[in-house]
Amino acid sequence: MADLTTDFIGIKSPNPFWLASAPPTDKEYNVRRAFEAGWGGVVWKTLGAEGPPVVNVNGPRYGAIYGADRRLMGLNNIELITDRPLETNLEEMARVKADYPDRALIASIMVPCDEASWKAILPRVMETGADGIELNFGCPHGMAERGMGSAVGQVPEYIEMVTRWCKQYYDRPVIVKLTPNITDIRGPAQAAKNGGADAVSLINTINSITSVDLDLFAPEPTIDGKGTHGGYCGPAVKPIALNMVAEIARDPNTHGLPISGIGGVTTWRDAAEFMVMGAGNVQVCTAAMTYGFKIVEEMKRGLSQWMDEKGYTSTSEFIGKGVPNVTDWQYLNLNYVTKARISQDDCIKCGRCFAACEDTSHQAIWMHEDRTFEVNDAECVACNLCVDVCPVENCITMEELAPGVVDPRTGREVSAEPGNWTQHPNNPSAQAAE
Amino acid sequence: MNSPRTPGLAASRLDTTTLVDNFSDLHAPLDPHEAAVAADRCYFCHDAPCVTACPTDIDIPLFIRQISTGQPEASARTILEQNILGGMCARVCPTETLCEEACVRMTAEHKPVEIGRLQRYATDAVMRANSHPFTRAAETGKTVAVVGAGPAGLACAHRLAMHGHTVSLFDAKPKPGGLNEYGIAAYKSTEDFAAREVDWLMQIGGITLHTGRKLGEDFTLNELQTDFDAVFLGIGLGAVNALTCDGNDKGGVADAVSFIEDLRQAADLSKLTIGRDVVVIGGGMTAVDAAVQAKLLGAENVTISYRRTQAEMPASRYEQDLATAKGVRILSETMPKAIHGNGTATEIELEYTTSENGKLKGTGETLRLRADQVFRAIGQTFAAFDGPDLDHGKIAVTGAGRTSAKGVWAGGDCTKGEDLTVVAVADGRDAAEDIHATLMGTAQ
Repeated sequence: MADLTTDFIGIKSPNPFWLASAPPTDKEYNVRRAFEAGWGGVVWKTLGAEGPPVVNVNGPRYGAIYGADRRLMGLNNIELITDRPLETNLEEMARVKADYPDRALIASIMVPCDEASWKAILPRVMETGADGIELNFGCPHGMAERGMGSAVGQVPEYIEMVTRWCKQYYDRPVIVKLTPNITDIRGPAQAAKNGGADAVSLINTINSITSVDLDLFAPEPTIDGKGTHGGYCGPAVKPIALNMVAEIARDPNTHGLPISGIGGVTTWRDAAEFMVMGAGNVQVCTAAMTYGFKIVEEMKRGLSQWMDEKGYTSTSEFIGKGVPNVTDWQYLNLNYVTKARISQDDCIKCGRCFAACEDTSHQAIWMHEDRTFEVNDAECVACNLCVDVCPVENCITMEELAPGVVDPRTGREVSAEPGNWTQHPNNPSAQAAE
Repeated sequence: MNSPRTPGLAASRLDTTTLVDNFSDLHAPLDPHEAAVAADRCYFCHDAPCVTACPTDIDIPLFIRQISTGQPEASARTILEQNILGGMCARVCPTETLCEEACVRMTAEHKPVEIGRLQRYATDAVMRANSHPFTRAAETGKTVAVVGAGPAGLACAHRLAMHGHTVSLFDAKPKPGGLNEYGIAAYKSTEDFAAREVDWLMQIGGITLHTGRKLGEDFTLNELQTDFDAVFLGIGLGAVNALTCDGNDKGGVADAVSFIEDLRQAADLSKLTIGRDVVVIGGGMTAVDAAVQAKLLGAENVTISYRRTQAEMPASRYEQDLATAKGVRILSETMPKAIHGNGTATEIELEYTTSENGKLKGTGETLRLRADQVFRAIGQTFAAFDGPDLDHGKIAVTGAGRTSAKGVWAGGDCTKGEDLTVVAVADGRDAAEDIHATLMGTAQ
C-alpha cells in the first residue's frame, strides 16, 4: 500500500483528503466522526466575527440536480457561515485538535473587510492550535450581500489586502479560498500570492439556481414562495474546477503556488486528477454529504492502489505531473489525425452514434441495411462525439493515422512533423519558417 | 375441504387465501420509483429496434422518456395513439419475443429495458384517471359494422369512431373483449381489466355495442353489406382443433380454451373443479395458460405433453419457464395415443416421437400417466362460413385487410399472421384507416 502521507505547505496529514469548510465540519461531533472515519484533515466551517452569530433560513437550504436513478450530480446551498457562537467553535476546535494531533485542522474565517475585524479574530484562532487558516472569499450567497465572501473574492485588491493583514497578525499558513464567480481565476490567485498567501484553495461554489418549481413559479430551494441564488457544487462542477486549478498551476506568474483542489471530488480518480493538475491535496464536501464520511475509505484505497500500479511511493511524485501537458489551443498539434473506429463485436446497435453524427455533426457514420454502423473516414473529423454518446465503453475508439497515410477527408498525407496554429498558413499571424 | 391429493375432479383444493394469491397479478405494477429506475435504462436508440419489433409500432423510446420526465399520462397517449389496447398488450404481449427481445440492452447485458411493465405503468395512469385522451371528429354520416368485439374489432371501432364514423359493434358473446375477456390467463388480466378497458375505450363515443349477436345466426354478411357503408370482420377463430386419439370422448377431456374461459368468468375460484392429475396436450400459449392455472387451482400433478422438442414449442421460453417454475412438468416429444378410463378419464397413454426429415412419427415406445383431466390445446381454426374467399383456411386479405367481398375488411386471428393481441390491434387499426380513406374518397 502506497504511503498517502501528504505535506501541504508544511501541514502534514495522513492522507490528502480533507473535508472542505461546509456543514459536515460545523461542530465537534461531526469532525470527530470524520477523523474516526479516516479523513486526513478538516477545514472547520467558516467562523464569523464575535457577537451574535448569523442566522440561517428555516426552510430548505439545498437544491439538487440528479442523473439517472437519482444519482446526485449537483447540489446547491444557501446556508451561511456557522450560526453557532464563535467561542463555542473555538473551544471545540481546540479540543479536537488536541485529541487528533496527526490530522490537519484548518480554521475557515470570514469577517468584515476591515483590518480591526481580522486583527481581532486571528489571535483567538491561534490559541486553538489549528494548523492554519483559510480565508473564505468564496461563498456567493447571503454573506456576499453583506460585503463578505465572494464580494471580497471578486476584487483582487481586497484579496491582497486581507491576505496581507492575515500574514501580519497570524504566523501559521494562510490559505486563500477563491470564488469561481469571476471571469479569470488567475487574477484573484495572483492577488493572493501578492498578499503573501501560502496557498490558494479552489473552487468555492458557483452561483446557481438548480431548478424552478413550475407550480409556484419560484426558484428552488423555495422559501415561502421565493428563492435566491445559491452555491453549486458536486460532481457537476468538477470540470470547471479542474480547469481553474490547471490555469493557476500553469500560469508562469502563479506556477508553484500551492493549491488545495476543491470541486466535485467524489472518487480516488477525481482526487488523482486534481493532484496531477497541480493540487497538493483535495477538499471534499458533496461526496461526504451524499454518502457519509465512509466514502473516504474508497478514496484512500483507490489512490493507494493507483499509486502502487504506477510505482509512486509518495503523493509528491505525481502532484503537478500533468501541468506541462495543459497548453493553449494554438499549440495543439494539427498534424495529429485520428478517425473513429467502431468495434462491431462490442456494438449493441443502439444507433446513438449515428443519430449524433448525422443530425448534429459531420454525417460520417453509415447506418447499413443490417443495422451495422461504420465510420466514413472521408467525412470523419474525429470530433469524438460518437465516443462520448456511445453507451458501451471502448466500443468506439479514436485511431491515430500513421505518418505517410493519406487522410481521405483532406486528401493530404499525414505529416510526421508536428504543426500547430502558430505555424499554419491560414493564420495571418503565423511566423514564417526561418 | 379438499386437497391437491383429493382424487378425481374436485373444487377447493386450496384455501381461498391461497387461491386469491395465486391468481393475483403475475407481475406487480411498477411503483413510481421502480418506473423511474426502469425508464432510466432506456438508451433512446435511433430508429429503435424495439419499435421495429412492435407490431403496432409504438414509439417506445419516446414513451419511456416521457415516463422519466414525470409525465406517465402523456406517455400513455404516445402508446395509445398507436395501440388503443396498450393497457392489455402491456399485460399479455409476449414482450420477450417482441420489443424486449429486440432491446439493445439484451445485446449489452441480457437484461432488456422492462418495456412491457413500463407500458403498463403509463397506461395504468390513464386508466386510473379514467381520462380518454382522444376526441371524436365531426360526424361523417357514414356507418360501419364491426363484427367481433375482440382486440381487432375494438381497435377498428375506436379508430373509425375517432374519424367521425358511426360504428355498430357486434359480438356473439354476452360481453365484449373477445380473447381479452375470455381467452387470457386470469393472472394476466386481474381486477376485470379487460372489461374496464373496453368501457374506457368506448368513451370515444359513436360506437354502439350489440352483444349476443352472432354472424350467420342473428344476421348475415349480406345484410351488413346492405345496411352499412363498410364492414369489418374481426371474428377470431371459432373452432378448436380436434384430438384424434382413442378415448377422446371420455369424461374429463375438454378444450383448454373452455377451461380458460370458465376460469376467467368464475366469480368464485373455490367453486371451480380441477383434476388431481391434469395433462394438457399442446405446446402453445393456450397450453401453458391452462397448465399453469390448473396448477394454481391446486392440481397435484400437471403435465404438458408436446409432440415436438421443447425448443420447438410455440410458447416462448419465458412462458415455458413460468410453467416449470409453477411446478408444471413439460414432457416434450410425446403424443397422445389413447385416453383410458371407464367412462371418465383415469389415464393417458402417450407415445414418444421422433422426427425424420422433419416428419414426426411415433417410436412405438409408450408411457402412461394418471390423468383425471385432459385439456386439448392443439390449436384453433377458423370456423369457415359463407363469406369472403379464404387463404390457408383463413379469410384472405390484401393490403390493410381488404377481403374479396365488396366493402368488407377483416383482421385479427381470422386472417393470416401471428395470433397475438397486438397483431390484431394493428390489423384493426390499419383496416380502419383504409376504410376511412375509402369512405372519404381519399383511398389510393
